[in-house]
Amino acid sequence: MIQTLTVRENVTTWVDVCHLSDILPNTGVCALIEGEQVAIFRIEPGTDIYAIGNYDPFSKAYVLSRGIVGDRNGIPKVASPIYKQNFSLLTGQCLDDETVKVPTYKVRVVDDRVQVGMG
Amino acid sequence: MTAKKNLVVIGNGMVGHKFLEQMIAKGANQNWNLITFCEEPRVAYDRVNLSGFFAGKTAADLSLVEPGLYQENGIQIYIGDRVVEINREDKTVLSANGVTVNYDKIVLATGSYPFVPPIKGKDVPGTFVYRTIEDLEAMSAYAKTCKTGVVIGGGLLGLEAANALKNLGLDTHVVEFAPRLMPVQIDDAGGSILRSKIEELGLGVHTSKSTTEIVSENDKIVKMLFADGSELPTDMIVFSAGIRPRDELAKQCGLAVGERGGIVINESCQTSDSNIYAIGECALYQNRIYGLVAPGYTMAGVVADILSEGTPSSFTGADMSTKLKLLGVDVASFGDNFGKTPGAKEIAIADTINGTYKKLVLSADGKLLLGGILVGDASAYGTLLQFVQNQITLPPYPEDLLLPPREGKPSTPAMGVENLPDTAQICSCNNVSKGQICNAIRENQLVDVPSVKKCTKAGTGCGGCVPLVTDLLKSEMKKAGIEVKNHLCEHFPHSRQELYHLLRVNRIKTFDELIQKLGKGTGCEICKPAVASMLASTWNEHVLETSHVKLQDTNDYFLANIQKDGTYSVVPRVPGGEITPEQLIVLGEVAKEFGLYTKITGGQRIDLFGARVDQLPLIWRRLVDAGFESGHAYGKALRTVKSCVGSTWCRFGVQDSTSLAIEIELRYRGLRSPHKLKSAVSGCTRECAEAQGKDFGIIATENGWNLYVCGNGGMKPQHAVLLAADIDKETLIKYLDRFLVFYIRTADRLERTATWFNKLEGGIEYLKQVIVEDSLGICAELEAQMEHLVKTYQCEWKATIESPEKMKRFRHFVNSDKPDPSLVYVEERGQKRPATEAEKSLVISQ
Ligand code: SRM
Ligand SMILES: Cc1cc2nc3c(=O)[nH]c(=O)nc-3n(C[C@H](O)[C@H](O)[C@H](O)COP(=O)(O)OP(=O)(O)OC[C@H]3O[C@@H](n4cnc5c(N)ncnc54)[C@H](O)[C@@H]3O)c2cc1C
Ligand code: SF4
Ligand code: FES
Repeated sequence: MIQTLTVRENVTTWVDVCHLSDILPNTGVCALIEGEQVAIFRIEPGTDIYAIGNYDPFSKAYVLSRGIVGDRNGIPKVASPIYKQNFSLLTGQCLDDETVKVPTYKVRVVDDRVQVGMG
Repeated sequence: MTAKKNLVVIGNGMVGHKFLEQMIAKGANQNWNLITFCEEPRVAYDRVNLSGFFAGKTAADLSLVEPGLYQENGIQIYIGDRVVEINREDKTVLSANGVTVNYDKIVLATGSYPFVPPIKGKDVPGTFVYRTIEDLEAMSAYAKTCKTGVVIGGGLLGLEAANALKNLGLDTHVVEFAPRLMPVQIDDAGGSILRSKIEELGLGVHTSKSTTEIVSENDKIVKMLFADGSELPTDMIVFSAGIRPRDELAKQCGLAVGERGGIVINESCQTSDSNIYAIGECALYQNRIYGLVAPGYTMAGVVADILSEGTPSSFTGADMSTKLKLLGVDVASFGDNFGKTPGAKEIAIADTINGTYKKLVLSADGKLLLGGILVGDASAYGTLLQFVQNQITLPPYPEDLLLPPREGKPSTPAMGVENLPDTAQICSCNNVSKGQICNAIRENQLVDVPSVKKCTKAGTGCGGCVPLVTDLLKSEMKKAGIEVKNHLCEHFPHSRQELYHLLRVNRIKTFDELIQKLGKGTGCEICKPAVASMLASTWNEHVLETSHVKLQDTNDYFLANIQKDGTYSVVPRVPGGEITPEQLIVLGEVAKEFGLYTKITGGQRIDLFGARVDQLPLIWRRLVDAGFESGHAYGKALRTVKSCVGSTWCRFGVQDSTSLAIEIELRYRGLRSPHKLKSAVSGCTRECAEAQGKDFGIIATENGWNLYVCGNGGMKPQHAVLLAADIDKETLIKYLDRFLVFYIRTADRLERTATWFNKLEGGIEYLKQVIVEDSLGICAELEAQMEHLVKTYQCEWKATIESPEKMKRFRHFVNSDKPDPSLVYVEERGQKRPATEAEKSLVISQ
């Protein structure tokens, strides 16, 4: 079940998504960007923002933004709300099945606005 | 250093994988280039638990290969590629994809294929076999167009396939050539008990039937014909008439094979070419094929020992004992099950009321157990097998070993794990002995069953030995003076009970404070919801308060149950199951307006399915306006208090069970607990509300009420136990308050009352002392905590729709008002349901 990774080394546009306060600390939201569903998480302390695909390859539903976030041995991760597989927020790698990976996106916060990099 | 030699393993099934794992464990990958060909489109998976696929397990769940294992150890694997030729002269193998590899040694682990008898029509569309994940996918897709299904073959695998057909919703039949089911494992008496149990489940059983033809019309199967002139209409057929070894490569390159197939091996698992080994279901040892995984694993171990130049070992045959749960019926057969040893004696008990059959085969002098058969209840299997394998002298009245535990008495005073010799085999699937397990526990200071499994592999096959492994772990830990730890997860070095206590005495009200003071890291999906539940059952703040939101699983976050496609279900509370015509109309209208699928639940209320996140608040606004409240179907909380109509209408009722059920449901609604809580009230001893299958159940008597506690249905049904008899309503509520808070304070995470009760030392007597006699002097405190919770109850949905801040969350996209575009529905029986993947691709391509 290997997912192809969207490689976005060269960001050409930064798409404005929402205000930072639209994402409650330590939860996620889903954004619709150029027809793609992107799950964006805000992790505290430190206001780190991560973005991965919203599609859960295990349940085949678009739900990852609704998972519980936390860490496994210090790696920030989200657990799918359906069958509870965990995904690293850093790399999109599924931590419970080496063969599965979801895409990651570049994100940044400018003047309290969350932006996702697309290319 | 000499150059590494090439070892080609053909077949990456259960045994092929086991062999590679053993080679790695023995460090032999240092001396060998390990190359393996895997015909299937995925690496080895757990075929033994293949049927779990229908219970929702994914291919990933079933995989046996620890991620990274092959890569890290330099094993070259060709997935989806089959070896088509072995050239013994050039010492090369050639694959279907055209890969050629030189070999020094070969291990054949090609397994077997399902045998399909040469019946007319055997290859028509609608016929299947049951061996691979692809077989199951094809079966379940085809079953959608069928009403009836037949399995040909009533052996172990046939019954498993029948279970699958039944779960796919088909009217299911089993056709067996022999006069009884499972002819290899059990005798006639056991067979007839098994048959009646299976018939009770609504399956058709047809024995002594030989199929002669499968008849199709317009490419669809219509019926099958039997040699005796009878016929059986059906829409699809699954063949499970035995297995045949895959020896085609062996034949191609001229190795010796058996008369009826199978690659001939010696005690070293070598074939007629000493450079080629064969292991698993393709191998024939002393004219015998072993169709179970354990003997295959033993062979894998033998070859790994030889090729790693480790301790010499040999394969000298294997035990074919099995324990299985087929269609929910336990079946076990072990040792000399048919009493073939000269002079063997038998003791058998056939209980046609409870549907159990147990037979012991004893040695001529009655001192040793040689084998046996268990049907309907195989709980004694582990113990009995130990008697056989270790030749332990039987107690004076061996039949005692067969009797079920009687009320108030502990179960068979069989042998504790302490009394087993170190050589006793505990896990037969992976051939792990007691000594190995105990050493692993001691040396690695293991403290939980998952680590013992990981470390020793015991318990990772059929799972049948896990209770014994657990007992061993407990006894080892006790010996070492270690208290049995049950840390919540990697973030908290405390059990749920300890955390709960600390949280209350330190008056901690948020997760952040708790993890800062008592834990580490940022938490996870295990500790966060557990802590949320503890906070709720102590302080009772709204679960969507900003500080709690991040702790909630999606069900609690959106106050609804997530479904497979990411939509949610809506379950309003219907206290006691009583509902007015007006309320029914509102539910109907709301369902129509929002296009929801409706169903009466098993909990006496109505579930509305298929609500999108953005629809949830709109739906609930309508429901709240009509007087409905949250039913907490999404929470680990009080679910329903079912009722029967009781004395108000029923001619036998002795008390008003409906009124009491409503009162109780309203009192405890919203109560958060370690696991869900269910209750019921029956109006008389006929028990139509099934109160004895509930966490707390109440049954009316002439003089008042009987209170039963700690029962449940579900995966492991257990009857509730009587806590107090003939009490009045006030006393009943007092006891309930105490009982519930005591449970909430002391149970483990996700531990239902029955499981909690089973661990309670002193059992019901102790519980009576605490709850009725207040032996711990805590009852006033327990009642006060419940009083606080009852007073501070609020309907979570009402509070949510009244808060614009909370409402903001209910949208699929943060930057768009569009709903989730991936949702697709089709119509079935006049209502919608989620489209399957196949249907989706059709809809999308149109
Ligand atoms: C809807 C319903 C089936 C139905 O169509 O009738 C149902 C549906 C679910 N049940 Fe159930 N159970 C339903 C009645 C039951 C009953 C019957 C009863 O309550 O009288 C039982 C057996 C009785 C018992 O629990 O003791 C039952 C035993 C389970 C279990 C096994 C619990 C156990 O301890 O073994 C689970 C799994 C769990 O909770 O871990 C479960 C879990 C579930 C979940 C939550 C599974 C999930 O995570 O998706 C289902 C989701 C409900 C939803 O989305 O709304 N459900 N479930 C029933 C809802 C009743 C209600 O009105 O609230
Ligand atoms: C539904 C079901 C339930 C079962 N339940 C139990 C149980 O409860 N207990 C028990 O002990 N056993 C059970 N079994 C049996 C158990 O699964 C087998 O004994 C075990 O899988 C045998 O392992 P193996 O490696 O020999 O064969 P397999 O697991 O069949 O592996 C052989 C692999 O080799 C591949 N192969 C074949 N030829 C080639 C080639 N030329 N090139 C490359 N690859 C090739 C095949 O595609 C296959 O993937 C069950 C089996 C099934 C189907
Ligand atoms: S339990 Fe008693 S009161 Fe209730 S319906 Fe059955 S017979 Fe009637
Ligand atoms: S006996 Fe099957 S897993 Fe141990």
